[in-house]
Amino acid sequence: MPKLNMVEALNLALAEEMARDNQIILLGEDVGQLGGVFRVTDGLQARFGPDRVIDTPLAESGIVGTSLGLAVGGFKPVAELQFMGFLYPALDQIISHISRYRNRTRGRYSLPLVIRMPYGGGIHAPEHHSESTEAILAHIPGIKVVIPASPYDAKGLLISALRDPDPVIFLEPKRIYRAIREEVPEGEFTVPLGQAKIVRAGDQVTAIAWGAMVRETLRAAEEVGEEGISVEVIDLMTISPLDDATLVESIQKTGRGVVVHEACRTGGLGAEIIARLMEKAFLSMAAPIERVTGFDTVFPLLKLEEHYLPDAFRISRAIRKVFNF
Amino acid sequence: MLFEDYDPLAGRRLSILSPEGEIDEELRPPELDDVALLELYDRLVALRQADQQALILQRAGRMGTYPPTLGQEAANIGSAAVLEPQDWLVPSFRETGAMLLKGVPLKLIYLYWMGCEWGSHFPLEVRVLPVCAPVSSQTLHGIGLSWAAKLKAENSVTLIYLGDGGTSKGDFHEAMNFAGTFKTPAIFFIQNNQYAISVPRTRQTAAPTLAQKAIAYGFPGMQIDGNDLLAVYLATGAAVTRARSGQGPSLIEAVTYRLGPHTTADDPTRYRSAEELEEQKRFDPLRRVRIYLENRGLVTAETEAARQAQHQQWAQEQAREAEAAISYNPDEIFDYHFAHLPPYLVEQKAYCQRIVAAKRESGHA
Ligand SMILES: Cc1ncc(C[n+]2csc(CCOP(=O)(O)OP(=O)(O)O)c2C)c(N)n1
Repeated sequence: MPKLNMVEALNLALAEEMARDNQIILLGEDVGQLGGVFRVTDGLQARFGPDRVIDTPLAESGIVGTSLGLAVGGFKPVAELQFMGFLYPALDQIISHISRYRNRTRGRYSLPLVIRMPYGGGIHAPEHHSESTEAILAHIPGIKVVIPASPYDAKGLLISALRDPDPVIFLEPKRIYRAIREEVPEGEFTVPLGQAKIVRAGDQVTAIAWGAMVRETLRAAEEVGEEGISVEVIDLMTISPLDDATLVESIQKTGRGVVVHEACRTGGLGAEIIARLMEKAFLSMAAPIERVTGFDTVFPLLKLEEHYLPDAFRISRAIRKVFNF
Repeated sequence: MLFEDYDPLAGRRLSILSPEGEIDEELRPPELDDVALLELYDRLVALRQADQQALILQRAGRMGTYPPTLGQEAANIGSAAVLEPQDWLVPSFRETGAMLLKGVPLKLIYLYWMGCEWGSHFPLEVRVLPVCAPVSSQTLHGIGLSWAAKLKAENSVTLIYLGDGGTSKGDFHEAMNFAGTFKTPAIFFIQNNQYAISVPRTRQTAAPTLAQKAIAYGFPGMQIDGNDLLAVYLATGAAVTRARSGQGPSLIEAVTYRLGPHTTADDPTRYRSAEELEEQKRFDPLRRVRIYLENRGLVTAETEAARQAQHQQWAQEQAREAEAAISYNPDEIFDYHFAHLPPYLVEQKAYCQRIVAAKRESGHA
């Protein structure tokens, strides 16, 4: 089995699904000849032609809004937005229309479309290229929001997203685009949407993360593991809808939890997760759940970003804190 | 005058200085005599050196991603040269030269691309907005500024820069519409460098020119040779005169070419040919001014070498000053967020300080 990084795994998923389903078309800025600024769509225009891998004008609202029409018109558009920092002009289309089409038309129209974009910090990028505002998306009813943390899951989740009858937003943690290689099978396999995954078993503390923070959390779990604290690490993989069951079951076992996200703290997904665990597992808890998050500030330019981003150091402190509560 | 006589649908492109270094004396702006031209040429060379230095810094890991201006020097310098101190300049992100000319110190521009927020802390009197990373959103800010000037009856104009890709964004169209409707003293200056990263101009619009976009919004637009310092100067000057005399906005499409990559993270060989690039080098905006000045005996091989060395030294000094000014203090993540730090941020700042101290203690960098 080939060892692929996340970019290659995503590319493979797109290529295989496009070969299988000729309704799938890719559109976005620089996705064609350039193969995307991160090369996720590399080689696909050469293989499938310029009518299926389409360089669009530079207009996010246009890309996403026309995707709606393309979907109603019988295609399965996969729109790429170049960076999550440039998602906002398209939010109007996502919130005002895409998220509610099925409901508004009482199922007459579903919108089988995928919107992909790289997100997150840690690569010393310029302004507006590092934020993770996934909580905004998770707050919108009617769309699914998926975030892989490994090449294998990236491929399996993207295939599921491409086959989903409803709109899926697919966020790709660019910091780990090329940082991890693992075996990713060729050919068909899926990883289901809406299901979290236990990526490290443990029974004393539950640590919940997604995207690039999964790796940092695993590092922290290793570190405190040497001190005798057994941490279960859960990769959320889909942040909307949330897989409450896996989280609740884990907290019932460990009684202690830490949620890690690089997004701002206030109104972040951590707050939602903790609220749900309070609702569903309050009596199992032996300590208040800790949050390790980005700060409620603008994501700093590269010289200060290391202080902004949660890392294994900060996460292990939080784990010790809930453990020793 | 110039604008009223120009029909952007007729397929004309204003040009004064030919690639062979010959000036159409009839169109030459009178204030641009040889001495003034030599001064502007000096700015072109300075910009090229500043840019060159940025690339060196980036390759050495001393700067983050940087968008070079290579090939677009005339569009940068010729346009900003016509502004008065009270005028506003609203950049996109490829206006190192225009910002310099308006008075932003190079070290601040370096500092910004080195990844430090102090790089956007401009002296107020230069009247330049910070670099705008999201494409085209600055066009609306510029119209707001020019609107404010109009409401206050202030004699200032606002020069707004954007790229050809930027003309596809909704914000640009909203800005154009507001500008026309409220007749604000603004200039849309499009640096049409033929590509938005990899996507060619023909993929942004089916219209033959970008200049003609102005027609639909009720004000004039003009296409010019953006590699021609004199044409840029003349057209922007005319637009400024229109704006200052209450005639409202204008649009200039400066047709130029990005000789380098989109940014230092880009690989242009993936989307354009070596032949195209070679062909375009013939229209290098510096080269043609230099030929003209050489023919007039105002520039020689020696003065050229001395000029380059001088500007190179300046750029190196500015880089050193920028690096000396980089602030690594994590408190700054919080300190400039609001005028008064709310309690939750006071808490987060204290936490950040504890982490930094703990890391230091435990030898974690
Ligand atoms: C809203 C938005 N979408 C995408 C990007 C990513 N991006 C940065 S520059 C650029 C191309 C801009 O092209 P153009 O406007 O022609 O200006 P140029 O870079 O050629 O000077 C793109 C797509 C962005 N910065 N902002």
